[in-house]
Amino acid sequence: MKQQHLQLDHNKRLRHFLTTEGLKRDLLVEILDTAESFTSITNQQIKKVPLLRGKTVVNLFFEASTRTRTTFELAAKRLSADVLNINVSASAASKGETLLDTLRNLEAMHCDMFVVRHPNSGAAHFIAEHCAPHISVLNAGDGRHAHPTQAMIDMFTIRRHKHEFHNLSVAIVGDILHSRVARSQIHALSTLGVPDIRVIGPRTLIPADASTLGVHVYNDLDQGLDGVDVIIMLRLQRERMSSALLPSEHEYFRLYGLTKEKLALAKADVIVMHPGPINRGVEMDSAVADGEHSVILQQVSHGISIRMAVMSMTMSPKGTSQSERDA
Amino acid sequence: MSQGKKQRIHIRNGLVIDPANNINEVRDVFIAKGKIISVSSDAPDGFNADIVIDASGHVVCPGLVDLCARLREPGQEQKATIASETAAAAASGITSLCCPPDTKPIIDTAAVATLIHEKAQAAGKASVYTLAALTRQLDGASLSEMGALKNAGCVGVSNAYAPFKNNLILRHAMEYAASHDLVVHLHAEDIDLRNDGCVHEGQISTRLGLAGNPAAAETVAVSQILALIEQIGVKAHFCRLSTARAVQMIARAQYSGLQVTADVSAHQLHLTDMDIGYFNSNCHVSPPLRSLRDREGLRAGLSQGTISAICSDHQPHEADAKLSPFALTETGMSGLETLLPLSLRLMNEGLIELMPLLASLTCQPAQLLGINAGTLTPGAKADICIYDPEREWQLDSTTLRSKGQNTPMMHWEFLGQVTHTLRHGQFVFQLD
Repeated sequence: MKQQHLQLDHNKRLRHFLTTEGLKRDLLVEILDTAESFTSITNQQIKKVPLLRGKTVVNLFFEASTRTRTTFELAAKRLSADVLNINVSASAASKGETLLDTLRNLEAMHCDMFVVRHPNSGAAHFIAEHCAPHISVLNAGDGRHAHPTQAMIDMFTIRRHKHEFHNLSVAIVGDILHSRVARSQIHALSTLGVPDIRVIGPRTLIPADASTLGVHVYNDLDQGLDGVDVIIMLRLQRERMSSALLPSEHEYFRLYGLTKEKLALAKADVIVMHPGPINRGVEMDSAVADGEHSVILQQVSHGISIRMAVMSMTMSPKGTSQSERDA
Repeated sequence: MSQGKKQRIHIRNGLVIDPANNINEVRDVFIAKGKIISVSSDAPDGFNADIVIDASGHVVCPGLVDLCARLREPGQEQKATIASETAAAAASGITSLCCPPDTKPIIDTAAVATLIHEKAQAAGKASVYTLAALTRQLDGASLSEMGALKNAGCVGVSNAYAPFKNNLILRHAMEYAASHDLVVHLHAEDIDLRNDGCVHEGQISTRLGLAGNPAAAETVAVSQILALIEQIGVKAHFCRLSTARAVQMIARAQYSGLQVTADVSAHQLHLTDMDIGYFNSNCHVSPPLRSLRDREGLRAGLSQGTISAICSDHQPHEADAKLSPFALTETGMSGLETLLPLSLRLMNEGLIELMPLLASLTCQPAQLLGINAGTLTPGAKADICIYDPEREWQLDSTTLRSKGQNTPMMHWEFLGQVTHTLRHGQFVFQLD
């Protein structure tokens, strides 16, 4: 497959990180293991390693984001890279400059990595296909397609709590149709061997032929949560009401909102995740968001380690891949 | 091209396929004064050829008639021109082609139609016909001056991709067109159901996170139009079907006696949404590439005769139009040069015999347009395509003549290549 070639170099090592789809299990595990090794750095007083010294990372954001951009920036800085933040939605795009033009301009500034967020699905693939060969592209979210680093953060968090993947039931609840996070999670979960992946939501928010992704579809929250080990709640955008996909936030919360009562349907040691930011009282009750099962804040802190891992793996042929460190 | 003294041409020993006259055997074709003199084994009395073409091992058939090719002129000459695209047509065995009205300016005045006809005449490579806009400025709300447009030579009417404001307008437009004996070419799509869909709604849209265009966007529109046609009793032609279900609906309507016809683009008979791979923008077309099941339904519609024409749906673009994330790219693919080879592939795959296949590329589309073309009947204009059915070739940027290089079939291998094209008894193409 072309995408395999695009994401991997000739040694089958990660070159770009565009999607979790089609990557081998070993590689996903290597990302998790590498991230694990970086968590200790985060806890040190001097939080820097020189792996990307002299490299320039460009955060190329065509869509507003604070949290994702900040963690990518922190990750790059802890790897000693220079970081350039470019918010394109406000500048070039509005002047009619094409994505390719923007890319050529940045290439001319001798950058080494693009961290890209774009409102259109496929934008990161497009950039990876057209940028200079020495540049690595990390997808920080493209349209509804993929958000692979967020998915790996979630895998990391699941592994920390559950240790294994092969015996888990994982439920993803909410707006699957518009969610790039859900797509990346589904691919990662199935590659890592999770046997029971469920998506739960009203039919208006479940994509066509969703079962072809290898998931079980539930329209009823109670049935879907029955006996699960992990619950991932997705953010609900306000515009879903105006486009007649949902009647109201109130009804959504009543039917799909996570409350203590609903949580009781899952396993006793269930963990609750959310890629953030949370709409309290829409997707979940505050009592759940701040409760003992919630690992939402841990997800945020894992964000930096995962992004450091992916950056170091893609950037340097002599980087910190597990096999080389073992050698 | 100024028409000098027309030569007498003798095409020897080719396998002559002329579906309109049910001819399918090795014969000679004799041409004089730009017209077919006879298709027989012996030269007519006193016929002295100026040129003899040995067509042994070749197929000799009427020049192809393409129901839909955008030439991008006037208005989008950065993409292509009438001269560039009619030359590409000639090299593909296409001698007649029909432009939809969405040029810039739109073909809603006689002047624009005349401009296109004159430019095509000057280029001289293919006969270019036009469809007039069904509504003024394609606004879907007010009728165009169809009487004047017909006088200017438009052979039918269409609203191209533009929607109608409501079904009442569509009804009136169809009735008014019928009173001028103009066939209405309809692109059946419910734009609300399509929404922002850019690929077929299904497994691929779900995997890639691209907005889906559901099959119902087509079938709902087809069923509404069929209901209207049944009520008011007019002819209508459905353009570029993409779903298996729509083919079935039209087959049923034909069976019950409605005067409806349909065509399909050659690429829809070969590609599916799987070919989009990872966001290949050359597969961004409208209607979208659909499922394998739909493709099989379209093929069945062709072999069973529900669909009576295959067209190129040629939409050449400049490179930039396709260099963006998928949904932001312009729709359409360059299709003139793959029309015959993709069609022949259907025969080689055993779907359809050569005679009915060529009928769907010659006499049947000509009949749909009401033009005198697509036959080798003595007295007809000598529009002829000669191709070598055994010749293998590869589509690449050196063989592609259209200014639009936007095809996902780049580097495909094809069997069967055009060697000569004659239009009005003159060579408009000869393979080196």
